[in-house]
Amino acid sequence: MSYAPTAPHDTQHDGHTPSGLLRWLTTTNHKDIGTMYLLFSLLMFFVGGAMILAVRAELFQPGLQLMQPEFFNQLIGVHALVMIFAALMPAATGFANWQIPLMIGAPDMALPRINNLGFWLLPPAALLLTLPFLLAVFGVGDGAVATGWTLYAPLSVQGGLGVDFAILALHIFGISSILGSINIIVTIFNLRAPGMTMMKLPIFCWGWLITAFMLIATIPVLAGAITMLLTDRHFGTHFFNAGGGGDPILFQHLFWFFGHPEVYILLLPLWGLMPHVLATFSRKPIYGYKAQVYAFIAIGVLSVIVWAHHIFTAGLPVPALLYFMYSTMAISVPLAVLFFCWIATMWRGAMSFETPMLFAQGFIVLFGVAGLTGLVLADVAADAQYHHSYFVVAHFHYALFAGGIMGVMTGVYYWLPKWTGHMIDERLGKLHFWLTIVSFNLAFMPQFFVGLAGMPRRIPDYALQFAEFNAISTVGAFILGFSQLLFAYNVWKCMRGGEKAAGRAWEGADGLEWELASPPPHHSWETPPAIR
Amino acid sequence: METTAGFTRPQPHMRFAGAFAALLAPAAALADYTWNFPPPVTPVARETLQIHNEFMIIIGVLFTVVFAIMIYSMVKHRKSLGHAPARFSGPTGAVQWFWVLVPFAILLFIDFVLMGIPAWRAVVEMEDTKTKADMVLKITGMQWKWQYEYPESDIRFVSALSTPREQIANQEAKGEHYLLEVDNEVVLPVGRKVRILLTATDVIHTWWVPQFGVKRDAIPGFLRETWVRIEAPGVYRGQCAELCGKDHGFMPVVVRAVPEPEFAAWVESKKGEQTATAAGAERTWSKDELLAKGKEVYEAQCAVCHQPDGKGLPPAFPALSGSRIVTGPLLGMNGRLAKDGHVDRVLNGKEGTAMQAFRNTLSDVDLAAVITYERNALGNATGDLIQPAQIKALRREAP
Repeated sequence: MSYAPTAPHDTQHDGHTPSGLLRWLTTTNHKDIGTMYLLFSLLMFFVGGAMILAVRAELFQPGLQLMQPEFFNQLIGVHALVMIFAALMPAATGFANWQIPLMIGAPDMALPRINNLGFWLLPPAALLLTLPFLLAVFGVGDGAVATGWTLYAPLSVQGGLGVDFAILALHIFGISSILGSINIIVTIFNLRAPGMTMMKLPIFCWGWLITAFMLIATIPVLAGAITMLLTDRHFGTHFFNAGGGGDPILFQHLFWFFGHPEVYILLLPLWGLMPHVLATFSRKPIYGYKAQVYAFIAIGVLSVIVWAHHIFTAGLPVPALLYFMYSTMAISVPLAVLFFCWIATMWRGAMSFETPMLFAQGFIVLFGVAGLTGLVLADVAADAQYHHSYFVVAHFHYALFAGGIMGVMTGVYYWLPKWTGHMIDERLGKLHFWLTIVSFNLAFMPQFFVGLAGMPRRIPDYALQFAEFNAISTVGAFILGFSQLLFAYNVWKCMRGGEKAAGRAWEGADGLEWELASPPPHHSWETPPAIR
Repeated sequence: METTAGFTRPQPHMRFAGAFAALLAPAAALADYTWNFPPPVTPVARETLQIHNEFMIIIGVLFTVVFAIMIYSMVKHRKSLGHAPARFSGPTGAVQWFWVLVPFAILLFIDFVLMGIPAWRAVVEMEDTKTKADMVLKITGMQWKWQYEYPESDIRFVSALSTPREQIANQEAKGEHYLLEVDNEVVLPVGRKVRILLTATDVIHTWWVPQFGVKRDAIPGFLRETWVRIEAPGVYRGQCAELCGKDHGFMPVVVRAVPEPEFAAWVESKKGEQTATAAGAERTWSKDELLAKGKEVYEAQCAVCHQPDGKGLPPAFPALSGSRIVTGPLLGMNGRLAKDGHVDRVLNGKEGTAMQAFRNTLSDVDLAAVITYERNALGNATGDLIQPAQIKALRREAP
């Protein structure tokens, strides 16, 4: 493929760039858009976090203290939707926007206007999702979606207008994701610097490329399922109503056909990030580049054929149970490849432990807990006990907080010097790391035990034997939540100033993005670099 | 005898202190905590616990070995120790390839042999609902209670949370079995294989008793099945495990397992109770009798949504006080059921909402009483009443 980069005539736009709000509304620059994605993600991370702190406060002791069950159910579901669709996914897209052009030697993303649209769809979607809370205050409707993020029919058919708002919000989030994915695929396929073959593509870009394909494969299935839900609610169809010849379990199949890959969609970009960070701070090349790329592809393929392990208790036939059990266990193989390569990348390096490295190593250990508990969850018989219990809640928070959020923080700390031109405050960063890792375990480790003891998830009140673990978990959650303010402060501080960062901000960093100045010029690579 | 799952239950005022003591001295608090599944009382639960324990050891070893290697590397291969970085980026030579492939061979063995084979056996046993069942129990989940049916003995009753609302609202001290107690326990014989059929009337619920190792969804419009053979007498407690709306957290399961003769006696007494209730439908009830009975039924069945004062929680749960339906005509022309009238709504429910068809769960007396109560209390005063015998006749009419 050939591509002629635009002549550098508008490098500084000769002062024609709009300023103020209009600049951010109309920008087509990948860095501006990346920044907006990341700041939006940070904001929504605190919104989703505040919701769950309210939930944890209610769960501090048995009995209903702060809220009624209806409101509790709204908080848990919207917390999940906000964290997944408005915090984690935009953060990863923000990384892609900032980094892919820098890493592949391109001036910008291939489809800059689509890029702008992709971002500006997010705020209205987030607003739609949370607006019913406010409407309820004014006496309109009975609050936000109260079905949990899974929106299982027929509960979601029965629900109030919050469900409709959530359906529309998810549609818009989905369109945004698909636009972002198309842009990333087109950029990676067409804008690589001459000589950068696919097997020389930075591994972060590989992670995102597979993610983008997974999004395009699965978001339409979610869109289909929630559209069917919408017509069941308002237009007299019976897709999920046995009384009309439908099947409630159909919704669960469709949902998890999207929902399981979604987990990897959230994590794959971060698995792509890890090798870069580990290699940088071990001062060693990435170990097993090809093996990791093949593992990504294998995970992408496996992710769409294992969905029913989320519904083992729904009463599937034995052959289906066995198939989904063994195919799920098979995912441990490509994941073990990744763990092996991560550790081998550090092995016999010359490690130093700056904040991004600490987060990367914390990520690996805690994500290891998620992976191993995931392996036992695959077992149908044991799953009958774990399923719908706090064991699962702990498991997926090890995957999505330790794997997801801490992965995002690894990336932010790692690339922030590149983006802002300032080094981060290491002392604050390390404090943030230790507070996060200790309080995270304090919050979620007890949930494994309370789940084994028999506490179901999504309950606003619980029997007395679960009280101690819940109290500990709440204390941990509050320390965890408030520690994240340090992160926001550190980011803000780094944006405002600090020690100047060199182009190669980290001593051992390798890759095209580190060849550019920090911060990089407006049109990152005006002439594509030659790849050796 | 009552088994309580080996849970240690400290006094409420100790709990607070306990939580913080645990933060300070994990080892000292160890004894007070449940770290694993409650003691199993069925073959499936025993096998599940055994598998779980084996798997926890396997993943514990994997975790320790993998991260010991990583931590060793973090300690030894530091820049601050002057360790010079190696340059390798993949295995070279047959020996290295061998060491790279060995972990994956071990992993495949763990996945598909060490874990895979016991898992297969357990699944097949768990799903063996079709053979050698001694009796059938049918469970119907509904917002937010369980209905139990014994088809062989023609017994049917509803089991709902019996914890007083005052305890939940922290106005009273919480009892020993807070949130895990019901008005009608389901009784099963020890040592018999019970085939359990599950369904639901409104949304999906999940029937779960941790000590049975059984958790199965109850899906509206479909039958699902599972089985238990309880090995020891006792009271076993569990909860609904699938988010099913407002009172999902208040939908416990309580099973009392008793020896065979005791079970037979229970069946007889339950049958007698039901016959007495049915006989009640034949006689004419006075208004005061109906109102007294109706208040009881209302508080057990209706107050959860429509609230004890009948004001409801609109818009999801409409008020009954001054409601157009409740204060409207009792019956249609010629004493027939009026579509969307009060009796129709109570008998047949409203599709797509939490308002369920109470014809399935309440007796003629209960229905007549609660309808009469709603029309003459909660701020309503229509003055009319309906007799159990009328309900009995109306049941046969199409909705």
